Amino acid sequence: MSNIAHDWRLKGQRYRLEGEECPHCGSKIFPPRDICPECKQPAKEPYRLSGRGEVYTFSTVRGAPEGFEAYTPYTVALIKLEEGPMVTAQLTDIEPENVEIGMPVEMVTRKIRTQGNEGTIIYGYKFRPIMQQS
Amino acid sequence: MEDQHMMKPQRPVGIIGYGSYVPRYRLPGTEIARVWKGQGKGPVKEKAVAGLDEDTVTIAIEAARNALQRAGINPETLRAIWAGSESHPYAVKPTSTIVAEAIGATPYHLAADLEFACKAGTEALQAAMGLVGSNMGDYAMAIGADTAQGRPGDELEYTAASGGTAFIVGPAEEALAVCTGSLSYVTDTPDFWRRAHQHYPSHGGRFTGEPGYFHHVESATRTILEETALKPEDFTYAVFHQPNAKFPKRVGKRMGFSTEQIEPGLLSTDIGNTYAGAAITGLSATLDIAKPGDRILMVSFGSGAGSDAFVWEVTEAIEARRGKAPLVRDYIQRRVEIDYALYVRYRNKLLVQ
Amino acid sequence: MRDVAIIGIGQTPVGEHWTTSIRHLALEAALNALHDANVEHVDAIYVGNMLSGEITGQEHLGAMLADFLGMSGVEAMKVEAACASGSAALRVGTMAVASGMSDLVLVTGVEKMTDTSGRTTTAALASAADAEYEVSQGVSFVALNALLMQRYMYEYKWKHQDFANFVINAHANAKNNPNAMFHMTVTPESFARAPMIGDPVSLLDASPVCDGAAAVILAPAEYARTLSAAPVLIKGSAVATDPVAVHDRKDPLALEASRISAQRAYQMASVKPSDLDFFELHDAFTIMATLSLEATGFAERGQGVRLALEGEITPKGRIPITTMGGLKARGHPVGATGVYQVVEAVLQLRGLAGANQVANAHLGMTQNIGGSGATIITNILETME
Repeated sequence: MSNIAHDWRLKGQRYRLEGEECPHCGSKIFPPRDICPECKQPAKEPYRLSGRGEVYTFSTVRGAPEGFEAYTPYTVALIKLEEGPMVTAQLTDIEPENVEIGMPVEMVTRKIRTQGNEGTIIYGYKFRPIMQQS
Repeated sequence: MEDQHMMKPQRPVGIIGYGSYVPRYRLPGTEIARVWKGQGKGPVKEKAVAGLDEDTVTIAIEAARNALQRAGINPETLRAIWAGSESHPYAVKPTSTIVAEAIGATPYHLAADLEFACKAGTEALQAAMGLVGSNMGDYAMAIGADTAQGRPGDELEYTAASGGTAFIVGPAEEALAVCTGSLSYVTDTPDFWRRAHQHYPSHGGRFTGEPGYFHHVESATRTILEETALKPEDFTYAVFHQPNAKFPKRVGKRMGFSTEQIEPGLLSTDIGNTYAGAAITGLSATLDIAKPGDRILMVSFGSGAGSDAFVWEVTEAIEARRGKAPLVRDYIQRRVEIDYALYVRYRNKLLVQ
Repeated sequence: MRDVAIIGIGQTPVGEHWTTSIRHLALEAALNALHDANVEHVDAIYVGNMLSGEITGQEHLGAMLADFLGMSGVEAMKVEAACASGSAALRVGTMAVASGMSDLVLVTGVEKMTDTSGRTTTAALASAADAEYEVSQGVSFVALNALLMQRYMYEYKWKHQDFANFVINAHANAKNNPNAMFHMTVTPESFARAPMIGDPVSLLDASPVCDGAAAVILAPAEYARTLSAAPVLIKGSAVATDPVAVHDRKDPLALEASRISAQRAYQMASVKPSDLDFFELHDAFTIMATLSLEATGFAERGQGVRLALEGEITPKGRIPITTMGGLKARGHPVGATGVYQVVEAVLQLRGLAGANQVANAHLGMTQNIGGSGATIITNILETME
């Protein structure tokens, strides 16, 4: 069973894309890392990212690593968020054959995995094609 | 007529934001019938099925986020987040705490899970109205969401579906729909139940009809109409709990409502019975098309059993807020048909360990 | 600072060594190298390894190998940099000799991957990636390379079959390497038929799970000739890093750490790419082979595949790679690989590569990649006249 404290520490990032904004160069940072990767200065101001982005690359997993067997087939992707940072995440609510590099996506909170029948449920970010709005 | 049973808070309250979520997968009734009877169809066209990475928590989170988009309030001003469901992922650890964290509401608020079968969401709504109406807080969120499990081969399998809706209750002057009165009618009636640790519910067959659904919905409806001195024709719309398509139509007719009045809020044909999400998602779909000045009756039903009845009056504020989140029909139109095999896998009915 | 030379090499065959433990693998390779160098004692032992803790429950390999060699008391440490651990150990050994703090150093790379189920080994390998932001999302090593290959094919319009020659060449060379894991031929047809393990990565794009150990003995170049008949000079040695997570790199296809460590090594050795006679690159996946060729300056960005298509990567081509089978066909016992690359380079430079001999080989390069490119270590080796 994975560490309770470890997952609990990450919930702000995993549920709400809580990152940082660099006060020196204005870059948005995700996940929070306290030193700006652009200008290398200290950066600790909280900033919540919008969750909008586009698919940079993707691959469909049919033989899953440990802990993810129940979810195959699923598509993992690198998502370029509109504020600049790139994240690794699963795509959801889309068939593998319909995924395209460049497609716009939005963040949703979904089950990432459960730790057996007795352990906690890990929720986190995934990305889906933008929901049509009338 | 004197108000004896109807409840009115000290300060008027209403819905300041609302939002729903329905998963994209659909299992046609003909599929269930094919597997279990070799032919035929069920009481609804198809039902919404939660995907592998969805559960009551994830449904509640999206509904809550949509409600916040419409309400436009700072989530930290919510003084309660209450989630009603019969399929909370944890028996101990409230769905509400996870939703609260996901929407950024923590930490100064109430958060508990409610259960009252299909009326757990409207119980949460009544409580939210009480909290705001008593001035204990300015805003409170009530959610009803479910990923209901149908016993394979049982008649309820045709309708047990996934979906949910969230309401943010606030002061009437900020509302897009003001509540002019509500009431609750509850008895100890075992029409449908599930014992702790059991995976599937049990029910009393035809007993769920007249002694269950009809008695409670009709009693609540009759009483609220009497005590508000309103008649069916005074309402633009009426939303009833919808375990299938027949019951809400029949009770609507008995109570004197027309097909046109109940149609916008009747979703079970297309998505099945979303249990704690059912009546309230019907209300959500009605708010999606309602105009300022419309009056809406909503009557839920939860097995065990009871009904919550509410009278809503839509305000000018609806026009500006409606477009800020997807409509119920946007979710209904987003559909991917699955077969019984995928449904069994998605709903965890396969014994893997 | 003084120059460092390799005076002895040793290796075990790469394969599934059911009967051999990690200690004995390391011991065998070390003894072979000591014997080749005609040396009985060393001043320090550096062991390159990635997964011993996770797979066999055993860390502390430095002290362990020292003991098993009968050299308890000597300075010894395990060095780790994911799949670049072998080269990382070599780097530490090089610095020890260059600085004058040690004279004779044994560097051993060892990996035992088959003592756990495939599933567990795969999960252990994922610790080379970003645990919190990559692995936690359901991404394995195959998936990370698939993500890179997918983007590469999209940007530069390559098809999967265009990568075939990387694998065909590696296997053709492995046939002549008795220590290689695979001796089968790969043809364009068998490459085309290989099942997908993570679209677009197929079974034949990926290197195998296996066991093995390789070792070298280092000595100061100034008296290396008194110790060995064919010493090899470490003319360039450089390490560079990049963010561990692919998504944190400015340009994921640029393989920056490869470019930077190669630049540093070229500078140290005063050479340029066209001076090199061969390049033992890190073909853990075919995408890594092509990105390595581009980052080190042998091909324009996006055009590494063209070198393979045009036959330039064979022992007779313009830039021979994987001359003894590479990671794909000789095998990739992860922490040992960096040392295998150097051992094979030494064989080329000594003229002992047999049927795979690159004509007139006197300057070669090895490059060892940790994870998906976060630590890359380059060595430039030259025959000493």
